[in-house]
Parts: sequence; C-alpha cells; structure tokens
Amino acid sequence: MDIRLNILIIIMGSALVTLIPRVLPLVVLSRIQLPNGLIRWLQHIPVAVMAALIAQELFITEGRFAFNQLEWLAALPTLAVAIITRSLLGTVIVGLVCMMLLRWLF
Amino acid sequence: MELNHQAIQKDSFIQGVKDCVPTLLGYLSIGFAAGVVGKTSGMSVSEIALMSALLYAGSGQFITAGMIAASSPISAIIFTIFFINLRHLLLSAAIAPHFKGISSWKNLVIGSQLTDESFGVAMNHVSSGKNIGYRWMLGLNMTAYLNWLLATIAGGLLGKWIPHPEVYGLDFALPAMFIGLLVLQLHSSKKLWVPMIVALSSVLIVIGASYIFTGSMGVIIAAILSSTIGAVIQKWTSD
Repeated sequence: MDIRLNILIIIMGSALVTLIPRVLPLVVLSRIQLPNGLIRWLQHIPVAVMAALIAQELFITEGRFAFNQLEWLAALPTLAVAIITRSLLGTVIVGLVCMMLLRWLF
Repeated sequence: MELNHQAIQKDSFIQGVKDCVPTLLGYLSIGFAAGVVGKTSGMSVSEIALMSALLYAGSGQFITAGMIAASSPISAIIFTIFFINLRHLLLSAAIAPHFKGISSWKNLVIGSQLTDESFGVAMNHVSSGKNIGYRWMLGLNMTAYLNWLLATIAGGLLGKWIPHPEVYGLDFALPAMFIGLLVLQLHSSKKLWVPMIVALSSVLIVIGASYIFTGSMGVIIAAILSSTIGAVIQKWTSD
C-alpha cells in the first residue's frame, strides 16, 4: 500500500467535510415534521439542482461564463434522445457517441 | 399476476440494483476518467482507490487530483472540496421526507452514499408515483458505489496508456446523465411550466453567479433561489 501521509490527510479531510452535509439533513429532518412550505420548497430542489449542474457543464469554463460549442453540439441530440426515449442509458450512450465524433472531427 | 405486482411495489434491494443499471455507463466512464486524472496527477492506485472509497464524489475527485498536481496546500484542497460538495446538503434535505420513520443509523448509511445521480434516480422514482424504501435505496447506492470504485481503479491502472480520456468523449457522460435525469424529472411533473421556469431560472442564475462566485457556489445559490421561485409560483397559482 503506497499511500503518502499528506495524501491520506487530504483524503480523510475532504471525505469528512463531504460526509457531514450528506448525512446531516437526512438524519435530522427525517425525524421531525416539516412545515408544508418547506416541503413545497424542497420539491423543486431536484429540477433546480439538475438544471444548475447542466448549466455549469455547458456555460462555465474555469469558473467563468463561456459558450462551450462542442458540449452544446453534443447536448442537443442528447436532449432530443432523452425527450423521445426517456431512457437514461440511451441518453448517456448517444451523448458519449456524439462527443466522441465531435472531438474526432474538430 | 397480483402477487407479481406486489413484489414489484415492496422495498427491494434487487429492484434498487436494477434501477441503478441505466446510470452505470455514466459512473463507469466518469469513474474511469477520474482514475486516469488521478494517475496523471501523480497519485498511486491505492490512493485513488482510497479516495473513491471515502470521498466518493465525482467532481470532488477531479478537483482534488488537479489541486494535488498543482501542489496546493492541504487546507485549500479540503476547503475547496467542502464548497464543491456542499450542494449535497440540499439533496439530503430534499430526500429526507421520504425516509421518515427509519432509524438515524439507516439514514446515515443512505446519506453517506448520496450522489447527484442516485438522488436523481430516487426522485424520479418518487415523482413517477413509486415508493422509495431503505433497501431499495441501499441497492441503488451500493451498485453505484462499487461501480465507481472499480471504474476509478481501472482508470488508475490503465491511465498510463490513455493519458487524455476526454478525447473519447468520456467526460460528456456527466452532462448527458444530468440531461437525462432532468428530462425524466420534468416529464413526471403535473404542471410542466412550473419546473420549466425553475430550470430556466436555475440556468440563468448559474451564469449570473459565475461573475461573482466560483462555479460550485453558483450551483448552490441557483438551486436555493430557483427552488424559492418555484415554491412562490406554486403558492400563487394554487390559490
């Protein structure tokens, strides 16, 4: 096992600061009755987070706004397949193939 | 037939494993790429495996590898990873109401393996009218976790022959999976225009926030603000 001490500290530290926000709401909020307003708000989180993550991939490069052309060209057929087939696997396959072709062409 | 139907409805580990399958290609390609990036940043295969086992977070692992390669200070790396992964706070909170009545220990187990993808799959499951239970979630999470671990190790082992995995489009598996998860989530909504506005405002806020904050902070701000917009619209229109 070749694990250096500084890398071990980085892994343990980043794992701990990742674990806490992952488990804390689940452990605490699932024990109490949440007000309806909060539940209504939480219901929008999935769409909001997914859209934000997509935007970050397609519009942001190294922390700044950028129109990532190849990503956009690949995203359009990917989106079309997602809407038509509603298959997660199909969507990922088409996305990968499109990106592979685009990187090969340009 | 009726027995069969009941078997599908109950909380089943195997069903969770099956429901993870459509996302596996995404975990495998991104995990492989993360392993390669770890290797090229000078990490050993043991270190890559340990990071996957304990940190278990795609974007976090790419950034850690990049910062290790750039010899960033330990405190800066841990602080950055904290911010990158802070969005899990929202995912964990949003999924919590579906795990009421199970023990804190079980909630801790589920939370420790929560990812953008497993959260997306679980919430799509909920919005298509199915129940999610502890065993189902465990099957989903364990399958994803093992695939991620194996894929990053494979990337670490084969990394020296494939120094630039992005040439093969592997990195695009992540946005492709998010697109698929978003479309599934929108499709199961009753009033389509409300989540459409939420999604659109989230995109615009991420772009706007990129001028002020770093990328990961933008995602958190966008998620909080656009969910608020969604909740306000819903309150207005339901009266």
